[in-house]
Amino acid sequence: MDKKTRVFLCKPGLDGHDRGVLIVGQALRDAGMEVIYSGLKQTPENVVEAAIQEDVDVVGVSLLSGAHMALVPRITTLLRENGAEDMLVLVGGVIPPDDARVLECEHGVARVFGPGSDTREIVSYIEDWRESR
Amino acid sequence: MSDTAEELFRRLLEKDRRAAARLITMVENGQPEAREALRLLHRHSGRAHIVGLTGSPGSGKSTLTCRLAQHYRSLDRSVGIICVDPTSPFTGGALLGDRVRMQELSGDPEVFIRSMGSRGALGGLSVATNDVINILDAFGKDYIIVETVGAGQVEIEIVKFAQTCIVVTMPGAGDEIQAIKAGILEIGDIFVVNKADREGALRTLSDLEMMVETRPVREEPTWTPPVMSCIALEGTGVEELAGAIDDHWVYLRQSGMLEQKIIGRMRAEMLEILNLKVTRAAGAVIDSEGRGQDIIKRMVGRELDPHSAADEMAGLLAERELDVR
Ligand SMILES: Nc1nc2c(ncn2[C@@H]2O[C@H](COP(=O)(O)OP(=O)(O)O)[C@@H](O)[C@H]2O)c(=O)[nH]1
Ligand SMILES: [Mg+2]
Repeated sequence: MDKKTRVFLCKPGLDGHDRGVLIVGQALRDAGMEVIYSGLKQTPENVVEAAIQEDVDVVGVSLLSGAHMALVPRITTLLRENGAEDMLVLVGGVIPPDDARVLECEHGVARVFGPGSDTREIVSYIEDWRESR
Repeated sequence: MSDTAEELFRRLLEKDRRAAARLITMVENGQPEAREALRLLHRHSGRAHIVGLTGSPGSGKSTLTCRLAQHYRSLDRSVGIICVDPTSPFTGGALLGDRVRMQELSGDPEVFIRSMGSRGALGGLSVATNDVINILDAFGKDYIIVETVGAGQVEIEIVKFAQTCIVVTMPGAGDEIQAIKAGILEIGDIFVVNKADREGALRTLSDLEMMVETRPVREEPTWTPPVMSCIALEGTGVEELAGAIDDHWVYLRQSGMLEQKIIGRMRAEMLEILNLKVTRAAGAVIDSEGRGQDIIKRMVGRELDPHSAADEMAGLLAERELDVR
């Protein structure tokens, strides 16, 4: 058996930069994971539909636009409504600490990684989570 | 959520996309539980038109796949898409970006897109891809498009299973055309020069036409592969391509070739699986038995050549009355 960790990396909202998320994608790939990238400007509905079709273990949401408090809770709600609350939701990007706390405590986000985060930190977070399951 | 094979199978027939997605994962992971579901769903597959799309990276396969799927959706036909990309042999990881070019399809529940890493062995991949095709077929998709990078033997193995195989190339690179070597020239049912908005498209088109006309064929051809040009980015030529795909389907049915293709696919599918099983069983004997080890040792010592070694190994397996199931 060859179980691989599958990660869906998505960029909902309107910002047009994906350098950061692609660097994370490469780090996850190099750690042996299968990374599926959505491309820019996804709606929460599209993100959730794709995550379900790809049957991923992890949904990584990258946001720079400032719309995180609207988009991220919508994504986690839709995941729950589709019976996919077992997926690990991680958020990356420019998120003020107060917002990060709210997302983690109230909206089903496992962890928010700020702009300075080391990709190794993200890799080991996912690996630890996978092991603990 | 209940994940037993019977339960997943039942939900698959009820068009539950989570069940389809989960079954595909089980197949990719080689989980033995998937076997029972595959057994049950086989009877419900065999209705889809399987279209293979291959060609070098960047030629526009994903963009073209998106346009084709949009076209089918406008005719109210459902579509399954399988995108196979290489897995890094060093890390086992993969970055799968085909969805980026298929954004217009996202959100449509009648389009099911699955990205696959090529993962391990050659035989393993074509077995897994076939299983995934069968799942989407039983799931009720009218068209199943399989996109692979036309780089090597593995990919040719995969698209070979398609009923209609499209080879995509683009202008500019003379090497591009050279890269369409004999193997791929033989399997193509339709050839596309994409990016016809680029310079040199006409030249590429005529080069390709010539190669297709003079390609080696085993039997008297009754189907002449069309060579078409497309601008996938703008959707130009997509309707014509869809028309050619339908023409090919009609040809397959009327000529009796469809049945031949299906027989060939079933045979190859079974042999591929058998091959994996025998290899696995033989490997286990070598690793666990002194006589297996001894065969290798004598090969290393140059006492036994590989062909004789394989014969001796086959004898050993027969002696053990080995059940490879
Ligand atoms: N100029 C031009 N670019 C295209 C066309 N079709 C696709 N592309 C671009 O070619 C690049 C690779 O396309 P993609 O579909 O990912 O190719 P694939 O690797 O074969 O799947 C992308 O940047 C596309 O936007 C076309 O008809 N004309
Ligand atoms: Mg592609």
